[in-house]
Amino acid sequence: MGKIRIDIERCKGCGLCVIACQKKLIKIGDNMNSLGYHTAQINDEKKCIGCANCAEMCPDIAIEVWK
Amino acid sequence: MPIDAAHAKQGKAARAIALRAGLKCLKLIQQTLMNDSKKRLIKGNEAIAVAAIDAGCRYFFSYPITPQSDIPEYLSRHLPEVGGTFLQAESEIAAINMVLGASAAGARAMTSSSGPGISLKQEGISYMASDELPALIVNISRTGPGLGGIAASQGDYFQATKGGGHGDYRTIVLAPYSVQEMYDLTIKGFDLADKYRMPVMILADSVLGQMKEPVAMVGKKKSTAIKKDWALTGCEGRRPHVIKSLYLDGDKSIEHNWKLFKKYQKIQKNEVMCEIKDCIDADIILIAFGSAARIAKTSIEMAQEKGIKVGMLRPITLFPFPNQQIEDLSKDIKKILVVEQNTGQMVEDVLISVSKNAKVTFYGKPTGNALEAEEILGQIEKLKNKKGFNR
Amino acid sequence: MKQVFERPESLKEVSFHFCPGCHHGIIHRIVAEVIDKLEVRTRTIGVSSVGCSVFLYDYFNIDVCEAPHGRAPAVATGVKRVYKDRIVFTFQGDGDLAAIGTSEIIHTANRGENITVIFVNNTVFGMTGGQMAPTTMLGQETTTTPLGRSFIGDGYPIKMSEMLATLEGCSFVARVAVNTPANVRKARKAILKAFEMQVNNMGFSFVEVLSACPTNWKMSPQDALKRIKDELIPYFPLKIFKEKTIPDTL
Ligand SMILES: Cc1ncc(C[n+]2csc(CCOP(=O)(O)OP(=O)(O)O)c2C)c(N)n1
Ligand code: SF4
Ligand code: SF4
Ligand code: SF4
Ligand SMILES: [Mg+2]
Repeated sequence: MGKIRIDIERCKGCGLCVIACQKKLIKIGDNMNSLGYHTAQINDEKKCIGCANCAEMCPDIAIEVWK
Repeated sequence: MPIDAAHAKQGKAARAIALRAGLKCLKLIQQTLMNDSKKRLIKGNEAIAVAAIDAGCRYFFSYPITPQSDIPEYLSRHLPEVGGTFLQAESEIAAINMVLGASAAGARAMTSSSGPGISLKQEGISYMASDELPALIVNISRTGPGLGGIAASQGDYFQATKGGGHGDYRTIVLAPYSVQEMYDLTIKGFDLADKYRMPVMILADSVLGQMKEPVAMVGKKKSTAIKKDWALTGCEGRRPHVIKSLYLDGDKSIEHNWKLFKKYQKIQKNEVMCEIKDCIDADIILIAFGSAARIAKTSIEMAQEKGIKVGMLRPITLFPFPNQQIEDLSKDIKKILVVEQNTGQMVEDVLISVSKNAKVTFYGKPTGNALEAEEILGQIEKLKNKKGFNR
Repeated sequence: MKQVFERPESLKEVSFHFCPGCHHGIIHRIVAEVIDKLEVRTRTIGVSSVGCSVFLYDYFNIDVCEAPHGRAPAVATGVKRVYKDRIVFTFQGDGDLAAIGTSEIIHTANRGENITVIFVNNTVFGMTGGQMAPTTMLGQETTTTPLGRSFIGDGYPIKMSEMLATLEGCSFVARVAVNTPANVRKARKAILKAFEMQVNNMGFSFVEVLSACPTNWKMSPQDALKRIKDELIPYFPLKIFKEKTIPDTL
């Protein structure tokens, strides 16, 4: 059981977290942040195992993880 | 006495100068001279090294080059004795950047070199000017351009006084003319560097570096270390400090440049040092600095024995330059002879100061064969006989 | 649930200016995590270089000195000689360290200065717009090698870690990458080791980090990860090249 929170204002939509999540829970969504980036969002939150792979790869420290 | 304050009080031309706040007596030097008991016979280069230790400098970084090697050689032996660090760097570029780092950490740091090495240090000097980091940089100059030669030369005047590296900045430039002044101005240099948070340069040459003279050394008590609350020490108990020179924001960059400029203006107002000698009723003033001034002094004495009224102005600070003092003198004394061991550099600053008040004549030689007292005397005599500018 | 991943304290709350997918951000973060872990933030002094990481002082919540291009190891030497008990590190790109600053890095390593160097190798001059670096791969197109780097005329991509490891004065040399979560963790371990070496007065420590510059590689951040795996790692192997276990003493 895990949980992540994405700070969409820090997210630049690079997609590195998308590749990092083995559970394939993250995708780049349609919504745009104030910098004009399409940002990452988590689907199926319940499947998150709190491995922090997504956060480890995020260059902009937009992801926090709980386990 | 390097600053002839007594004379300055008497003469007509000099009277105006004495009123100027810019003219400073070198109290430091006068005090040292009072204490004759501690005199030691040493070389000019060594005097700089001893003074650095006396001034509390404990970090010295340099790369060998003739004719300044006595300085690192002395410090390699004696800095460790007082717990200091001597490091022979892989290049002058590395050396000046080590100085930058040590200075950023709040220490009194120093480097010494000669022409080709000073050129390499200019990158670091420009950064330090912008970073507002104090340091003492010694140039025991040699002949240029290029690899040049090791004979004495004053060909680095422009480089020293007009910034030298990139950007709109200055360094304070001190020009000793005796071994005593090599010692005194080194200590003074550290104090000025800390006071204004900027690099200070000593501009001397191999004549002064190799010459031996008795020197009074009481600098230890005279040096004033300032608390550096801007230094990088690790941010224990305070907000982090940053030392930087990058200002991408146009407005901030403009603001920073004006800040530096105002500092230089203040220095121009408060820190000018020069020696004015025998200018009362002089018909001719000779202007020279450093080793050229030393030779010219003999010429002046010879001329005075022949009844020629010639006085002298010797800039001790090359930046700030004694513009005002020269301007004041030029109002009364119409013949000015500038003597340099180069093809004419300081003369440009003299011309700016004099404006159209007086006629400026230049005499100089690149180097190789040093200036002789007799040939300068010849120039003084020639000038005396020139018509049209007598009072 | 317990928080298992958060922003390190050694970084300010400021967002990075780096391009999307740039690995500079990851490397900044893991250096900050190491500083946190060792609890040395208030006695660490960073030395920034000239390149895309020039704004180190805007991000790290520590004392920082800017160095001229390539000179960070010399500046760090000056700082460390004054404060032997402080932790001093440089953060340099491959143009900074392997081109203009080659002399400074070699001699600082050779003197065994007790500092840590983080070397970000992205095979290109990032900040100035993607010109060739000494580390640029053969065939790699850059703005100054429009036909791709050729060893004739441009030479071969330089392997700094291998070179430095040959120096007696050097105590720890490793090359890592941050292209996968597993590699990020290994990179953090290596950087932690490098800082620990310094804390224990073991002398000069150096970590080269292979890093993506999607902007100048003209690739998506995802393709950049692939390039690191397929092209860079085979040529720049990930490895601990040197690790002294006893300090040099007189
Ligand atoms: C003396 C000097 N020469 C050139 C430059 C221009 N310059 C700035 S950054 C840079 C290269 C940076 O490349 P790198 O070190 O690889 O850093 P990156 O941006 O790739 O992280 C250059 C050439 C400079 N600032 N100073
Ligand atoms: S913590 Fe792990 S499982 Fe959860 S979103 Fe991130 S990568 Fe996926
Ligand atoms: S890695 Fe970070 S910046 Fe990139 S898309 Fe994911 S959350 Fe956004
Ligand atoms: S140019 Fe390259 S190195 Fe610089 S911030 Fe962008 S991606 Fe990173
Ligand atoms: Mg680079």
